[in-house]
Amino acid sequence: MAASSRRNPPPLPGAENQDPLSEMADEDSDEGEDIFVGNSNPVAEAFQPDTANGEEPADLFSEAETSTAANSYITNSKSNGVHSDNENDLFAEVSVELSMENPSTTAKSSGAEFTPSLTLSATQPESMEQLEEEKDEDSFDMEVAVTNPEKIGDGMNAYMAYKVSTRTTLPMFRNRTFSVWRRFSDFLGLYEKLSVKHSLNGCIIPPPPEKSVVGMTKVKVGKDDSSSADFVERRRAALERYLQRVVCHPSLLQDPDVREFLERDELPRAVGTHTLSGAGFLKMINRASDAVSKMTIKISDSDAWFDNKLQEVESEELQLRKLHAVVDSLVNHRKELCGNTAVFAKSMAMLGNSEDNTALSRALSQLAEVEDKMETLHQEQAASDFFILAELLADYIRLLGAVRGCFEQRMKTWQRWQEAQSTLQKKREVEAKLLWANKPDKLQQAKEEITEWEGKVTQYERDFDRISVTVRKEFLRFEKEKSNDFKSQIVKYLESLLQSQQRHVKFWEAFLPEAKAIA
Amino acid sequence: VSSVNVDLQTDATLQVDISDALSERDKVKFTVHTKSTLPNFKQNEFSVVRQHEEFIWLHDSFVENEEYAGYIIPPAPPRPDFDASREKLQKLGEGEGSMTKEEFTKMKQELEAEYLAIFKKTVAMHEVFLCRVAAHPVLRKDLNFHVFLEYNQDLSVRGKNKREKMEDFFKNVVKSADGVLVAGVKDVDDFFEHEKTFLLEYHNRVKDASAKSDRMIRSHKSAADDINRIASTLYTLGTQDSTDVCKFFLKVSELFEKTRKIEARVAADEDLKLADLLKYYLRESQAAKDLLYRRGRALVDYENANKALDRARAKNKDVLQAETSQQVCCQKFEKISESAKQELIDFKTRRVAAFRKNLVELAELELKHAKGNLQLLQSCLGVLKGDT
Repeated sequence: MAASSRRNPPPLPGAENQDPLSEMADEDSDEGEDIFVGNSNPVAEAFQPDTANGEEPADLFSEAETSTAANSYITNSKSNGVHSDNENDLFAEVSVELSMENPSTTAKSSGAEFTPSLTLSATQPESMEQLEEEKDEDSFDMEVAVTNPEKIGDGMNAYMAYKVSTRTTLPMFRNRTFSVWRRFSDFLGLYEKLSVKHSLNGCIIPPPPEKSVVGMTKVKVGKDDSSSADFVERRRAALERYLQRVVCHPSLLQDPDVREFLERDELPRAVGTHTLSGAGFLKMINRASDAVSKMTIKISDSDAWFDNKLQEVESEELQLRKLHAVVDSLVNHRKELCGNTAVFAKSMAMLGNSEDNTALSRALSQLAEVEDKMETLHQEQAASDFFILAELLADYIRLLGAVRGCFEQRMKTWQRWQEAQSTLQKKREVEAKLLWANKPDKLQQAKEEITEWEGKVTQYERDFDRISVTVRKEFLRFEKEKSNDFKSQIVKYLESLLQSQQRHVKFWEAFLPEAKAIA
Repeated sequence: VSSVNVDLQTDATLQVDISDALSERDKVKFTVHTKSTLPNFKQNEFSVVRQHEEFIWLHDSFVENEEYAGYIIPPAPPRPDFDASREKLQKLGEGEGSMTKEEFTKMKQELEAEYLAIFKKTVAMHEVFLCRVAAHPVLRKDLNFHVFLEYNQDLSVRGKNKREKMEDFFKNVVKSADGVLVAGVKDVDDFFEHEKTFLLEYHNRVKDASAKSDRMIRSHKSAADDINRIASTLYTLGTQDSTDVCKFFLKVSELFEKTRKIEARVAADEDLKLADLLKYYLRESQAAKDLLYRRGRALVDYENANKALDRARAKNKDVLQAETSQQVCCQKFEKISESAKQELIDFKTRRVAAFRKNLVELAELELKHAKGNLQLLQSCLGVLKGDT
C-alpha cells in the first residue's frame, strides 16, 4: 500500500487505528445502509460491502482520501474487488482538482464533490449555497481533542504521535466522530499551508507551539523522568489549544487543508518545517514589519483606529511578557517549595521517631504527614500555575505577534497601492512627454502601460480596502476570543486555588486535635 | 513575657523582660527591665541598657562556673543579624530607577516589614534567655546575673579576644570529653545512658529539621513575592483600558494583593512557630549535651581518682592525698548527677510543653489563613462569574 510519496505507516497507530475506526464502522454501517440503499450513486453502492465488514473500514477512509497518488487508490480498490473503472475515474478527477492551490475554488469543489458520496447526514447532498450558509453561522458544533501521546520508534529517529479526535455535526465532514494520528511536524505543516494561503488576506492565523530541540531529544533518547513527561504533556496541551483555535476560526475551518488534517488517515510528510517553524514564520513577518514601520505614515482618518489598536497590541504584548516572566518565577518557586516541603516532612518524621515522649512523637509524625500532603498540594498548584496561567500567557504573546503581522500585512498592501499610484503617475508623465515629442509607436506602448497600471491601481486599492475590512473583522473577533479565553482560564485557575485551599483547611483541621493531644 | 518557645513559670520575686530595643547602624541596644521583691536589689523596679556582647558574657560566665556544672545552661541568644535585610534594602535603593513608584513603595514597605520582623525576633530571643535564667532556682541567684540586671554602666566586656580564647579552650575540653565518652565509658546508670543516646540522636535530627524548615519557609516567601509582582502587572494590564476584560484583571489583581499578604503571613507564622522552635531546641539540646559531657568528664575524673587511690594504697604512698582527691571527685560527680537528672527531666517537660504550644498555635494559624484565603477566593469568584 505504500506509495513512494508516502512515509511508512507507523505500526502502533496503524494497529490502534483499527479500534476507533471499527467503532466508527459500526456507526457507519447502521447509517451507511440507510443512505446508500436508496442512493443510486455508483460510488456509494460500491462502498456498501465495505461498511458491512469490520475489517475493511480502514480502507474505506483511505480510499476516499484526497490521494494524489492514483496508484494507491487502485491498489485499495483491488483489495475490495468491487470497483469498476468508473469509480477510479470519478476519484481521479477529484484528486486532480484538489491538488490545485487555489483556495477558494478547492474549498467549494471539494465540498461539493465529497459530501454527496460519504456524508452520514440524512439530508440530501449539500449544494454550494448550503455550504456558504454554514460559513456564516457563528456557532457550530465542533470539538477537537489531542490525546494519547505515543512514542514511535527508537533513538534519534523516534517521534511522538498524537491522536487527533474530532466530534462534529458539520455536514462537510464525512463522519460525526473520527480520529487520526499526527506528529508535531504535521501541525507545523498545517500552519505553513494556512499562512501561505490566508495571511495575505489579513487573517490572524493561530501560531503553533514552539519547536524544542532539547525537550524532544530527551524524549527520543528515552529519558524517562518527570521532565520528559511534563514536556510531552505541555506539547500535547499546546497542540490541542492550537487546533481548537484553528477550528474556531470560521474562515480557516473551511480550508480543505484543515479538513484534510483532521480527517485524512495519512498525511504526506510535511517537509521544510524544519526551516519554517511557527517561530520562523513569525520572525519573517517581524523582519518585514520592521522594514515597514520605519516609515511612519498616516493613511487616513479611519486609520487612527488601526494605529490605536496596533499600539494597544504592542503595549499589551509587553505587559504579557512581563507577566509571563513572573508567573514562570512563581512556578519555579512553587516547585522549589514542593521539594523543600517533602524534604522537611521526612526530617520531621525522623525527629518524631527520636522524640521519647509518646504523644509528642505521634504529633510530630502527624505533622510530617501534613507536610507531605502540603507537598502534593504545592505540586498540583505549580502544575496549575503552569498549564493554566503560564501557557495561556505564552499563547497570547505568540498570538499578539500574529496580530501585529496582520497589521503589517495591511500596511504592505497600502504601500503597494501607493507605489502603483506613483508608477502610474510616472507613466502618465512619460505619455505627456511622448505626446509633445510626437513618437506615435512609443506612444501606443505608453498608453498600454497606463491602462495596465490603472488596472493595477484599482486592483490594489480594492485589495487594500478588502484587507482593511478583514483585519478589522479579524481583530474584533480576536479581541472577543481573547477576552473569553482570559476570563475562562483565570476563573479556572482561581478555582484550582480554591480547591487547594479547601484541602489545606481539611489537612490542618485533622492535625489540630493531634497537637492538642500532646501531654 | 512574650517568650514563645519556653513555657516558664514566672513569679513575682523576679521578673525580667526587654521593654525596648533600638537598632543602630551596627548594633542593637536592649533595654532590660527588672521587677523584683528580692532584697539583693536596691530598688524594686529598674532598667539598664545592654548589648548582645554583654548577654554572651553572662552566658559564658555560667558555663565557666564549676558550681553550675550540673545544670543545663540556658543557650545564648544568637547574634542579631540584619545583614541580609540591609543588603536587600540597599539593592532596592539601587534599583529604584527601574521600577514604577508604586512598585518601589510597595517593595520598600515589604522590606521594612521584614526588617521589623527580624528585629522583633532577636528581641524575643534575648528576652527568652534572661527569662530562663530568672526562672532557674539556682542561676537566678547568680551574682553576675544581678550585676547584669542592675549595674547601669557599661560592663566593659567587649574584650573579644579574651573571650574567644576562653571559648576555644572550653570547646576543646568539651571535644576531648566527647572523645572520652564516645570511647565507651558506658554509664552504669540506665537513665543517663538512655539520655546520652537520646540526646545525641535528637540533637542531630533537630539540626536537620531546623535547616530544612528554613529552606521551606524561604521558598514560601519567594512564592509570595512572585504573587505580589503578578498582582502589580495585572493591575497595569487592567488600567490600560476600560473593557470588561480589563475590569476583570483589576479584580483579580486586587484578589492577588490580598492573598499574597496572607501567604506572606503564613510564611512568617511558620517561621515563628516552627522554625524558631526548632532553632531554640537545637540550642537547648546542645546545652543538655554539654551537661552530659561535663558529667562524663566528672565521671572520668572520679574513676581516675579511684585508680589513683588504689595505686597509692598499693604503694602506701600519698594515700591521704589520694583519698581527699577521690572524695572531692566523688562529691562533684554525685552533685552533678543529681542535679543533672532533674535538669534533664525538666528539659523534657519544657520541651513537650513548648512543642505543644507552638504546634497548636501553628495549626490554628494555618487554619485561619487557609480559611481567609478561601473566603477571598470564593467571594472573588462569585463576583467574576456573576459578571460574565
